[in-house]
Amino acid sequence: MSSAANPSLEKSPQLLLQLAAITKKFGPLIANDAIDLDVHKGEIVALLGENGAGKTTLMNILFGHYVADGGTVMVAGADGILAPLEPGAPQAALDAGIGMVHQHFTLAENLSGLDNIVLGTEPIFRLRRDRTGARAKLTKLMAGSGLNVDLDQPIHKLTVGEKQRVEILKALYRDARLLVLDEPTAVLTPQEADSLFATLRQLAATGLSVIIIAHKLAEVLAVSHRIAVLRGGKKVGEMATDQADRRSIAELMVGRDVPVSRRSERAPGKPVIGLRDVTIDRGDARRSLHGVNLMAREGEILGIAGVSGNGQAALAQLIAGLDRPDVGSVEIFGEKVTKFDAHQFAQNGIARIPEDRHHDGMVGSMTVAENIAIEDVRSRDYQKFGFLDFEAIRKRAEHAIADYDVRCPGPDAPARLLSGGNIQKLILARVLEKSPKLILANQPSRGLDVGAQSEVHRRLLEAREGGAAVVLISEDLDELLTLSDQIAVIHAGHVSAAIAAHDIDRSELGLMMAGQKKGDIDFGPDNFESSTKPREKTDENAPRSGDPA
Amino acid sequence: MIRFEPRTNPSAIMVYGVPVLAAIIAILLAAIPLALAGAPIIKAYGLMMSGAFGSMFSISEMLTRATPLILTGLAAAIAFRAKLWNIGAEGQLYMGAMAAVAIGSGVIDGPSYIMIPVVLIAGAAAGAVMLIGPTLLKTRLGVDEVVTTLLLNFIVILFVQMMLEGALKDPMSMGWPQSEPVIDNAVLPPLIERMRVHLGLVIALICAVALAIFVKRTIWGFEIRAVGENAAAAKFSGISVTKTMVLVAMLSGGLAGLAGVSEVAGTRGYLATDLSPGYGYAGIVVAMLARLSPIGVIISALFVASVFVGADSMSRAIGVSSYLADLIVAMALLCVLIGGFLTRFKVHFEHQKSAG
Repeated sequence: MSSAANPSLEKSPQLLLQLAAITKKFGPLIANDAIDLDVHKGEIVALLGENGAGKTTLMNILFGHYVADGGTVMVAGADGILAPLEPGAPQAALDAGIGMVHQHFTLAENLSGLDNIVLGTEPIFRLRRDRTGARAKLTKLMAGSGLNVDLDQPIHKLTVGEKQRVEILKALYRDARLLVLDEPTAVLTPQEADSLFATLRQLAATGLSVIIIAHKLAEVLAVSHRIAVLRGGKKVGEMATDQADRRSIAELMVGRDVPVSRRSERAPGKPVIGLRDVTIDRGDARRSLHGVNLMAREGEILGIAGVSGNGQAALAQLIAGLDRPDVGSVEIFGEKVTKFDAHQFAQNGIARIPEDRHHDGMVGSMTVAENIAIEDVRSRDYQKFGFLDFEAIRKRAEHAIADYDVRCPGPDAPARLLSGGNIQKLILARVLEKSPKLILANQPSRGLDVGAQSEVHRRLLEAREGGAAVVLISEDLDELLTLSDQIAVIHAGHVSAAIAAHDIDRSELGLMMAGQKKGDIDFGPDNFESSTKPREKTDENAPRSGDPA
Repeated sequence: MIRFEPRTNPSAIMVYGVPVLAAIIAILLAAIPLALAGAPIIKAYGLMMSGAFGSMFSISEMLTRATPLILTGLAAAIAFRAKLWNIGAEGQLYMGAMAAVAIGSGVIDGPSYIMIPVVLIAGAAAGAVMLIGPTLLKTRLGVDEVVTTLLLNFIVILFVQMMLEGALKDPMSMGWPQSEPVIDNAVLPPLIERMRVHLGLVIALICAVALAIFVKRTIWGFEIRAVGENAAAAKFSGISVTKTMVLVAMLSGGLAGLAGVSEVAGTRGYLATDLSPGYGYAGIVVAMLARLSPIGVIISALFVASVFVGADSMSRAIGVSSYLADLIVAMALLCVLIGGFLTRFKVHFEHQKSAG
């Protein structure tokens, strides 16, 4: 049983975590079906899978948020001997040295980094707080890991990357021996992601084990030692990263061939939307724009790249007709917009795909049919003297369900029963059916599985073929580079001039997303290093993201 | 350890059965305070039953009591549907009553087919206006309507008191603070000879059916549902949240105002500060028991009214405080809230060794 019996510790390092035959059912759905997973000391394991593959459920079982219906969780104690982890007890998981960094940070924005890290570790009935002890421990941790953060700044003043470092420090401060990161790069620029990976490798070298939950292949190949692929609740493959190749993993994840969307060459037409010196100042950086100029033409996809929270929300609100510029003007279809009104915009042929499809895209308790018709109930087609024409609404829904392959129990089912991908198809059906001339697509494929994602891309490209102008706001560089004709970068409310997509490369885009002007960038490797934020010895083992294996 | 797991699709039996079950449990639970008061329990239940349904007279009394409850119940139901937390139905009711008295006690006169609609419209308009202010404060400035509507109740009642001591005071009342009586042509006629139940009941029933159709089948109802269920999505799709809220405010305040008209022109005949024993607040309970369904409001108003009337008559017969009625209604509400929770969530009891 004991690994101490093993003579060659280096060759097969100590087993830290052993998940055996973990099974969890939610009603008829089997979220985890007899999943085995081992994690060794100092190893980085990537848990890959589409949405709904069971990654999160598995981690929730590990953390005691759920109790598994079957299987065991064994964690090695300080002595290296595996012992079963009490199910359904998050405290037990914490005590066993399992730390988790959620995709959405769990930090108190108005407290300092130090307070956030110490929060919850101090006994209630002690009057004085042992700040010096905590600080000394953290300084040591930071020095050892390269996770440098100003601990005295309130969290809301930190960048997203720094917040993530605080989260990781929080786990390390609690003596985590196994760190679980849920989609850690979703909110980072490519450079920040590289820096995170370098840190993780360094931590792993000192004996920390890491599980990364991810659905982007490139970064997983770059950072992990081993890859486990989940699909439909089952583990469908596991391999050492250096023996893995991109294509076979993608097929394992999806379980079928995924059609790749390709842009055809097409000359753009007349301008459809133009912003002139638009400034929106709402005090909050997320919702402000500063002197923004941009233009999208017929048959053209204009990509807006940027790290989330840099003014994308303000731009989307503006184009959706939900906000008006304080300064500057917006021209749509060759006319200056005087009335910013969502209803008017929708009726004038502007398709709007909201960023948060659950929050802004649908009314969960209303039916699928009602949700498809929601923008048009006031039009003559769907009402008579103020009474809804259920026949017409239903007919449209039946068409939409068939054309867009919306998987649902039927047009009269409440929309909340739909999965994320099907909600997005429902929204596409709502807005694209009317052959719009301008499409605002705000993070249209975020959180969708590969199949639904390629469907969204196909629809957008189809609309572009049909002569629509598309403003595509996305944080996914792959998506932007595949779909866009032109790409502009948004940072702190400023939008760069658009660059033709074939003239651009990823690292340049990444630097612009981090706030550098295009002109400032020199492409020598030395300048590259010095122009990014100071980092600790990242580059020798920092992987090149986006590089196929 | 107890775990709650959401149910994806509660069955129809649960949705409709739970409120009924809750009402029955609440009545059964009333046995405990009855026993504590030393009353003969079976007899007390019998007396409650006969007090509410025992004779033509008691049924008429029960229906008279149900009339304003249906209207205030509808007022709460439509407002809560849109997540406009109107706690001010009591004040809106008094404003409606005051408007009805101001117009219907002799300022103008005409045949009853003109006078009755006129007082109804005046009362509904007054109630509606009362709620528009708090609603605009909510949508424009984010002022909590629970606070504003609740506090307005006290302002309105003091205002009514002031008017009853002054401009609206009946000179023939021998000093009592009450208004001049509503003129005969504006009185809502009784439905049954020599009984108190009056035309207001029919109006209330029509309102309930009309509201049900309005919410389910019209574009405005569609927009109200959309705003109530997910204001962000409604706004994104182009529905004006402010306009929808104002419409809801007018409907809700108007219905509460109608309750006031119905009381003053149907039941009482004149306005006094004891016109409503809290119908505005009881309407919230009625609406919650009905799960905000307009047709359900009819049923739950009948239930609440029969509990009140039945308990009243029982308390007179055996000397138990009629506050028992409040107790039953309150317990019914608690039971419905618990029941509502249980229809949405499955409860698992898990036996575990206690964690260290």
